[in-house]
Amino acid sequence: MRVLRRLGFYIALLLFTLFAVFPIVWMLITTFKQDGDLYDIANNPFLYNLPPTLKHVTFLFTDTNFPRFLWNSVLIGVIVVIITLLLSVPAAYSLSRLVGRWGERSGVALFLVYLIPPTLLFIPLYQIVTFLRASNTVWSLILVYPTITVPFCTWLLLGFFKSMPRELEEAALIDGCSRWQAFVRVALPLSLPGIATCIVFAFALSLSDYIYATVFVSSAASRTLSAGVPSELIRGDIYFWQSLMAAAAIVTIPLAVAYGLLFDRLVKGFQTGAPNGADA
Amino acid sequence: MHSPETAPTVGVGDRDRLLGWLMLSPALLYIAALVGLPFFLAIALSVTSATVGDPTIHGFVGLQNFVHVMHGSAFPLALRNSVIVTVATLVFTLVLATGESELLARHFRGKWLVQILLILPWAMPVSLAGVDWLWLLDSEFSPVDWLLRQVHLLGPGTPFGPANHLYYYGKEWLGLGSIVVINVWRLLPLATLIVLAGRTSIPRDIFEQAQVDGAGFFRTLFSITVPALLPILMVAGMFTALLVFGDMTVTALTTRGGPGYATQALPYWAYLKGIDGGALSEGAAVALFMFPLLLAGAILALRIAYRAESQGDRS
Repeated sequence: MRVLRRLGFYIALLLFTLFAVFPIVWMLITTFKQDGDLYDIANNPFLYNLPPTLKHVTFLFTDTNFPRFLWNSVLIGVIVVIITLLLSVPAAYSLSRLVGRWGERSGVALFLVYLIPPTLLFIPLYQIVTFLRASNTVWSLILVYPTITVPFCTWLLLGFFKSMPRELEEAALIDGCSRWQAFVRVALPLSLPGIATCIVFAFALSLSDYIYATVFVSSAASRTLSAGVPSELIRGDIYFWQSLMAAAAIVTIPLAVAYGLLFDRLVKGFQTGAPNGADA
Repeated sequence: MHSPETAPTVGVGDRDRLLGWLMLSPALLYIAALVGLPFFLAIALSVTSATVGDPTIHGFVGLQNFVHVMHGSAFPLALRNSVIVTVATLVFTLVLATGESELLARHFRGKWLVQILLILPWAMPVSLAGVDWLWLLDSEFSPVDWLLRQVHLLGPGTPFGPANHLYYYGKEWLGLGSIVVINVWRLLPLATLIVLAGRTSIPRDIFEQAQVDGAGFFRTLFSITVPALLPILMVAGMFTALLVFGDMTVTALTTRGGPGYATQALPYWAYLKGIDGGALSEGAAVALFMFPLLLAGAILALRIAYRAESQGDRS
């Protein structure tokens, strides 16, 4: 019985893992294939029938705007993370501690903001961005991405602050700290796991956006990975499959390693965040 | 839980409240300016005749845009598909996430590596995931078709034959099915993270008691784990539903709404109308149809979560 259960466990684990990695494995196999090998229907697609080549990876870096997209995405991601933290950490603390009962129950209101998806807002935002003469620049995206990240991170941090015992801050207040000092010296250090989760999510959300990046920016020089890679490497009916797959692999694998190693921390972020957010 | 009236030592004083509003206002102003304002702009746009060529808001036309888009042949299909894809993705994702979190709640060797592999789909930006799946289910070179041919399920004289290819993105139900699979694939890691967060906060002794009482795996799962997980499943469900219902990327990169309008979805239809077609006001009208549906779904999920949680508190 025990053996049977163990076997079932590993089979289930194997199936889940296969489902997750199969498209990625196919992506990696494709990356190093020669054209003659890739486009021969008689070949076993999982094997290298001709020797593998790095040609298409080099092509990506030397003959396309991929390095530019990579740089734009990292730049936008970092700035958006900074803006998000500056806006949502104080907001979440304030909601959990300072503005009374009303603030504690604002989890639902934050969720309502999250309910308005980018696909509903992109047309008026496009007009606002054009009005501000920011279209076709990375700044247009830096301006709008916090609309996705701020509600989410505030909600997550709200749960974090609410689950934190008040006694510590109150002790600091009695010792003569001001409320602001209590926030900076006591609450902030304790919320670092929540802030780490926010950094990961804000970066992931800004990297993943496709609609704003496609609509606001049409010049290749300012595009991000999400919008730039498909538009640059799919030219009409011509698909640069190996380079497309290489681009996807180069972006995904480092991120997956980072997220995978942070896995337990991300779970913890939701642990305090989610149930409190739901009952608010 | 303290309330300002009963907090014994240090309550929320007036100065604290002022500081509170100061700390809250940057986020509040930002959201008001870039979510609130555009939301009302979208409503305003949807009742005018604005186009990309003439984007100013004037020329009030009432509900004409809504009536016009509703009578187009794409709209009913887009609405239907958005609902079907969201519900199907939701069901599969929640079931699989419950299973996957059940596995990851245990300790085993090499767990860190498994975690990296399982989170891979979520680490991939959605548009690149779309491109990956476009190639994986390519009309000619799909390795899935190749595997099916090897086991004689596809090709002349086989169950899925006689063609040598399934043409995933060229058929109505196969296209929708593919979009559901892609969405489940890319959102399962996030849903698992959320469910696992709820799973690990169920007190351990409940499971031990169940084991002592002789409950089997499935009995424990359905009579203890799932009821205890209900609130967090609702949270995971809301995120999943939002991310599927509001997403146009997968459709835009795989089926492109085709063949005809058979796999069209509301967000992508709004994009095609508003930006590609230049009819900003009609695009805004299509997009606005999403809001009441999202709102209804969220209210429902929050109610179930709230009820389950208050029942949990009582018992």
